[in-house]
Amino acid sequence: MEVRHAIEIASSFILVALLVGIPLYGWVRGVKVYEAFVEGAKEGFNVAIRIIPFLVAILAAVGAFRGAGAMDALAKVVGPVTGPLGLPPEVLPMAIVRPFSGSGALGLLGNIFATPGLGPDSYAGRLGSILQGSTETTFYVLSVYCGAVGIVRYRHALLAGLSADLTGLIASVVIARMLWG
Amino acid sequence: MNIVFVLLFVAAAIAGAVRGDLKSVGEGAFRGASDAVALALGLIGVMALWLGLLKIAERAGLVEKLAKAARPIFRPLFPDVPDGHPAISAMLLNIAANVLGLGNAATPFGIKAMEELETLNPHPGTATNAQALFVAINTASLQLVPTTVIALRASAHSSDPAGILLPTLASTLCALSVAIAVAKLLERVWK
Repeated sequence: MEVRHAIEIASSFILVALLVGIPLYGWVRGVKVYEAFVEGAKEGFNVAIRIIPFLVAILAAVGAFRGAGAMDALAKVVGPVTGPLGLPPEVLPMAIVRPFSGSGALGLLGNIFATPGLGPDSYAGRLGSILQGSTETTFYVLSVYCGAVGIVRYRHALLAGLSADLTGLIASVVIARMLWG
Repeated sequence: MNIVFVLLFVAAAIAGAVRGDLKSVGEGAFRGASDAVALALGLIGVMALWLGLLKIAERAGLVEKLAKAARPIFRPLFPDVPDGHPAISAMLLNIAANVLGLGNAATPFGIKAMEELETLNPHPGTATNAQALFVAINTASLQLVPTTVIALRASAHSSDPAGILLPTLASTLCALSVAIAVAKLLERVWK
């Protein structure tokens, strides 16, 4: 609890330092801070609009995939292989969802925590925690970052991102087995 | 990406057909589409705030200073980006925001970095080596302290909510190394 508290205080401190420090520094340096701010902020709107088609493409496809129950079917198929390797059936759906949906994976992690007999301090709970913290919503990152500048050909970026997710998954399992297996 | 896009829809249709529930395929797609718009519109406020602050920092010469300071780390990773280019400071800010867990600042800085890198792109529409590597780095969760997970564990009455901190960091570093290695290896082959 103390660690978490210290982190929260540090984060808010950095945030406030930036919010106060940047305008103050600019003002001291003779920048017309208000004008500059508004000019920069204008871009925020355009960027958000520009990424919409990219986000719709991936989230509609993922929505259909999840809605159809394909995620559960996939978990049933790979489950018998991954279970003995240290990836229990409770965590597997989370691992599948993670590259597509951060909030989806977090929701599944919450379910593991709330399941009687599992909970946050069980093997599944700890493994899920590390997995959530060490992998990223690759498809979302790609759509937003590339979408913002109109890039449609990602080249090797997708493969590199998915390799990172797979590595995060394997490393999480290996570490969890070593520590709590 | 083309394969992923088609595969997701085809798998959805097959799963829907097998389960005799084709209706949920369409419903899922529509829900995803409206979620996407809500998500993008929800970004406008924080995006505007951070891009506004960034413009002040730029005018004050702060961005240039950052780019100079970050040169030694970024030069080996991004050899195509010239010294002192604004892309370097935007990338540095994005990575710093990620590491410190300032999640809503990381995305605007990352987008700014992509825009600056785009000014060096000879083939608009196709990612450059630098852009691909930068995105790959962002797909390895860089956060030093996984605050969301720790908070969730604490609210679920874990006896040791922060006990996953070091294991998570170790796993993150593995993912990050592989992201950089794969991006660097493939950039020569995948044109």
